[in-house]
Amino acid sequence: MTKIAVNFASADVIQKPNMSEVIIETGALLNINWAHVTSSGGEMVIDVPDDKLEDVVKSFEERGAHIQVLERLVLKDDEKCINCGACISMCPVGVYYYGDDWSVNVKVGVCVQCDLCVVQCPMGALELKLQD
Amino acid sequence: MVEKTIEEINERIRDGSVNVVPADRMVEIVSELGAEGAAREVDVVTTGTFGAMCSSGAFLNLGHSNPPIKMQRLWLNDVEAYAGIAAVDAYLGATQTSDIRGMEYGGAHVIEGLVSGDVIDVRATSHGTDCYPRRNLNTRLTLDDLNQATMCNPRNAYQRYNVAVNSSDRIIYTYMGTLLPNYGNASYSGAGCLSPLCNDPNYETIGMGTRIFLCGAQGYIIGSGTQHDPKSGFGNLMVTGNLKEMSREFLRAAVFNKYGVTLYIGIGIPIPVLNERIAANTGVSDGEITTDVVDYSAPSRNRPVIRKVSYADLHSGTIDVGRKEVKTASMSSLFMARRIAETLKESIERGEFFLSRAVDHLSLYTEFKPMKQTEGIPLVKDIMLKDVNTLGEMSTIEDAARVIVEGDFTHLPITSDDGKTVVGMVTAYDVSKAVAHIGDTKYEILNDIMTRRLVTTTPDETIDVAARKMEKYNVSALPVVDGNGKILGLVRSDDISSHITRVKYEEY
Ligand code: SF4
Ligand code: SF4
Repeated sequence: MTKIAVNFASADVIQKPNMSEVIIETGALLNINWAHVTSSGGEMVIDVPDDKLEDVVKSFEERGAHIQVLERLVLKDDEKCINCGACISMCPVGVYYYGDDWSVNVKVGVCVQCDLCVVQCPMGALELKLQD
Repeated sequence: MVEKTIEEINERIRDGSVNVVPADRMVEIVSELGAEGAAREVDVVTTGTFGAMCSSGAFLNLGHSNPPIKMQRLWLNDVEAYAGIAAVDAYLGATQTSDIRGMEYGGAHVIEGLVSGDVIDVRATSHGTDCYPRRNLNTRLTLDDLNQATMCNPRNAYQRYNVAVNSSDRIIYTYMGTLLPNYGNASYSGAGCLSPLCNDPNYETIGMGTRIFLCGAQGYIIGSGTQHDPKSGFGNLMVTGNLKEMSREFLRAAVFNKYGVTLYIGIGIPIPVLNERIAANTGVSDGEITTDVVDYSAPSRNRPVIRKVSYADLHSGTIDVGRKEVKTASMSSLFMARRIAETLKESIERGEFFLSRAVDHLSLYTEFKPMKQTEGIPLVKDIMLKDVNTLGEMSTIEDAARVIVEGDFTHLPITSDDGKTVVGMVTAYDVSKAVAHIGDTKYEILNDIMTRRLVTTTPDETIDVAARKMEKYNVSALPVVDGNGKILGLVRSDDISSHITRVKYEEY
């Protein structure tokens, strides 16, 4: 899951069922954490499944919303990763963990972008995705 | 009593009845059936390891150009290979770094590139001879274009490795990866119960000529590796194999941050279960294989061992170091080690991989000696000036000027009035400054102008420590004193700068 902030800055947009349209259009199950709507606009924080993130952002933006991805991502290139685990002990917030088969998995949405794992990875398999 | 021969096992491989088990499964089988039952049941145990093995590389034969060249220096993608053998032979070492890109690209990357089918830029130079007239060569080659590409690794597959921690308060960068300060993490390597040599610790079946899985190809053990140290549990192997048959999946270039380039090598060794004793040995579990936790912040060869841990402890994710719970992480890949043991098992079962009998044993007794250093790091007493002029702190600035001019030196240690201890230092610069102000009553005696926050060294301090003091306090000479503060000599930065270059290099 990735958290995004959705911002509608004009009164006419909030009169449309934007949220429902986005859900129907993308098929993404969105979880609303927080919402604040007034006559001049609205703001929401929602959880989006990672595989639908791009679609959901696009769908909101087409409806005139401004989107901000709140939790920034660390990306692991599985083609480069050899599943060693060197990243595991580096991470202060426990993003990486061994699976049952000793593959190295990534917990999404907790990375604090400290960069330690990126320089530790001997395969150069990690990258911090910069968000606005 | 179970007794089998390698020939009998190979016969079973041929007729498809062979029973092959990866070493991690063998742990349960031995504990369930006992060694005798396991020896009856299982014919071959496959092991595996996948880790950074710096002591790796390949012999390459490039073929002859026209007109021919006797390559004296050779670069592959700007990484220099050793060409001091015959005309177009060379050895490309894994850790050699690029002349252009430095630590981010090296021999390991070229080897991985070759195995992946990449085109490699080749550049060679020579002085030219009557029979090899060419002096310069530029071409582009792939692995297929080479006559031979033979991996030959002087030291691979260590039985076990140390666990690295860092007790200091600063981050350090090592061949065990980045070590966080104050025991922030513990870095280990090795595949525990899957590790090849741990499953045959007395080298009963593993020896010279043993056929092995090497980076996806069938390779061979040449003999024991360099620094082979079986008595301390640090045995290792020298191995060879055909690079042209290897696969990138089991051979990967890597960069350790601020340390350098290395090559991850996948090795799997099949162990024929010829009798109960061998079966019992292959039943070794992670809990039974121990290794030392070592403090890598000590800048010495004899690093302090903090405690012993087992691979079961390491695999649990944390170990206790002192009163602290420290997160562990592996630099080698257990995931890949398991895949290698499994891949080797499958190729034996498919009748593609037969076992070989060792033609000679590996030594069980070789010792690993430290380097004989004929030239130790010099001590301050080896290079200090012994005849040093001094003056008492009540002497005048004119006295100092005279001594400095007559003696032709720039640093003058100042002693207490009774001459017993050093209390300060005056430089030629201090004196000339004071002379310029002469007549100004403030400056008359040396006590007025000397540097009092005195940094000193002792005769038995190494010169690198003295040099670091000079650097830290921004001075260019240090008085050498004994335990009572009595002056014995003077050491100047100029005298040690040539040595310092070398000391800094060694720290790298
Ligand atoms: S950047 Fe820092 S917080 Fe994010 S995954 Fe890497 S080590 Fe963890
Ligand atoms: S350190 Fe790099 S190669 Fe190793 S498991 Fe983490 S991401 Fe994969």
